[in-house]
Amino acid sequence: MTATADTGGGPARLALLLVLSGAVLVLCVALATAIGDYRIGLGTVFLAVTNELGLTGAEIPAIEQSVVWDLRLSRALVAALAGAGLAICGAILQALLRNALAEPFVLGVSAGASTGAVCVIVLGIGAGGLSLSAGAFAGAFAAFGLVALLSNGATSGPNHTILAGVAASQLFNALTSYIVTTSGNAQQARDVMFWLLGSFGGVRWPDFQLLLVVVVLGLAVCIWMARALDAFTFGDEDAASLGVPVGRIRLVLFAVTAMVTATIVSMVGAIGFVGLVVPHAARYVVGPMHLRLLPACAVVGAVFMVLADIASRVIVAQQTIPIGVVTALVGVPFFAVILYRARPQA
Amino acid sequence: MSVVAESLTWGVRRRTIVSDVSLSVAPGETLGLIGPNGSGKSSLLRLLAGLRRPQSGRVTINGRDIAGVGRRVLSREVAFVQQSAATDTNVSVLDVVRLGRTPHRSALAGWSAEDEAAVARALARVDMAGHRAQPWQTLSGGERQRVHIARALAQSPRVMFLDEPTNHLDIHHQIEILRMVRDLDLTSVVALHDLNLAAMFCDRIVVLRGGSVVTAGTPEAVLTEGLLRDVFRVEAGIGRSPHHGRPHIQFIPG
Repeated sequence: MTATADTGGGPARLALLLVLSGAVLVLCVALATAIGDYRIGLGTVFLAVTNELGLTGAEIPAIEQSVVWDLRLSRALVAALAGAGLAICGAILQALLRNALAEPFVLGVSAGASTGAVCVIVLGIGAGGLSLSAGAFAGAFAAFGLVALLSNGATSGPNHTILAGVAASQLFNALTSYIVTTSGNAQQARDVMFWLLGSFGGVRWPDFQLLLVVVVLGLAVCIWMARALDAFTFGDEDAASLGVPVGRIRLVLFAVTAMVTATIVSMVGAIGFVGLVVPHAARYVVGPMHLRLLPACAVVGAVFMVLADIASRVIVAQQTIPIGVVTALVGVPFFAVILYRARPQA
Repeated sequence: MSVVAESLTWGVRRRTIVSDVSLSVAPGETLGLIGPNGSGKSSLLRLLAGLRRPQSGRVTINGRDIAGVGRRVLSREVAFVQQSAATDTNVSVLDVVRLGRTPHRSALAGWSAEDEAAVARALARVDMAGHRAQPWQTLSGGERQRVHIARALAQSPRVMFLDEPTNHLDIHHQIEILRMVRDLDLTSVVALHDLNLAAMFCDRIVVLRGGSVVTAGTPEAVLTEGLLRDVFRVEAGIGRSPHHGRPHIQFIPG
């Protein structure tokens, strides 16, 4: 019994946790697909999906079939992947930068993405040939490149890297503001604002496929390096003395997080809070060791984001609240409870 | 395992911090590194442990140049204990000691009986077996240092480097830690500030000043009134302790 307490659960318990959380995630996605201005029963949702997969040939209205498959299911799955990806990136950066406030956008990725997006929306760079997503992605990587350059390929230590990220964020935010104020009109400014706060409206299956590949690959790399991440608990030098190739691990993981974050931001905007809070919540439940923490972050992040997306559509009828607003509105009280319960026992 | 340094030189930008240092440590020996602040003790330790690459010179451990050994392979034989390494992460004592098995485990390998045994031995060695589940943040300074040493022991090293392991500890814990290090069946190199402790627990002592070796030898040979005046800029009387037979330094206020 002590053995299980020490490891936080044997393989059986871990498997049970994964199955349970997988079931919760499926249920949340099903709810997200059923709930909306046009309500559809869960049974119909199930049949619509099995119809599309060629498993059943049930008679359901074409409109419901289309709403379920073409609009809501892809949206719910993209939300799940985005939540999972942001939460993993947050956990990785908190470990590498040894900073509880680190989150996926700390390396300037979201600021760069918004500059890229603004270049496309306002300046019309690419003249229609270049999509908003492509512009955002290019901007995100430009910002990450600048941070990597300023921090000598991320070898200069956590604080140096954080400062480089702050500098890059400031620069790209200033560029965004400059472009919007000098050449944007009011409508464009609102578009930009709305995009920055994040939205799952308009995502379709190709988005899901791209994101699936990026997030799954990213998670795989991170899990492969989970043990090395644990070794950073007492800092870079300590990790090195445990045989971890510190410089290489940092660079690879920074690049992976930048890649995953940039893909998510360019697709659905800069959705805040998830990447900061979910890792803390998950750590509170499964502990700080990354082989367990990362899968937990993926599941909790996915569930949280799907629920937030449902909330964003039902809080105000006929209107969708920006997802970034919901994640903070729902997340802060939830986080406050954790902070309160985890307060140091004086 | 023996550790031999041959004309190590290392610096940052134009400033030379370790200058042409040669020394050797015999298998099983406890070597003390002493010297005033800024004399290069910590930097020399890091060069010896392979955490920094010397600009010139080389370090051999058991006759093998460590520059040609991968970091992971090296860390199965060489452990390094930093001075008061800290974390904000809410880890348990067991989590920390288990980190010591990092160089012995592949990325996804399970937890082996050998790993478990090494961790249990290390915890027992530092007398922290009863604290396995205790959160790191609730440990006292002495307990933290013992856990760090346990983590280093869990690496199953043959050589251990310790950078001022007695910093911030009360005298009881200082003595306890150093006695433990001396009694370990390992070759160890310890940077120390307290000269009396160095005299009590080290087989040999190397004295550094300005990045260079001033002298090296047994505590009796090295610790002289002249050396304390020259290197440490203090007046002192040195006698032989009737309790442990080692040199005992009494400082004389100027």
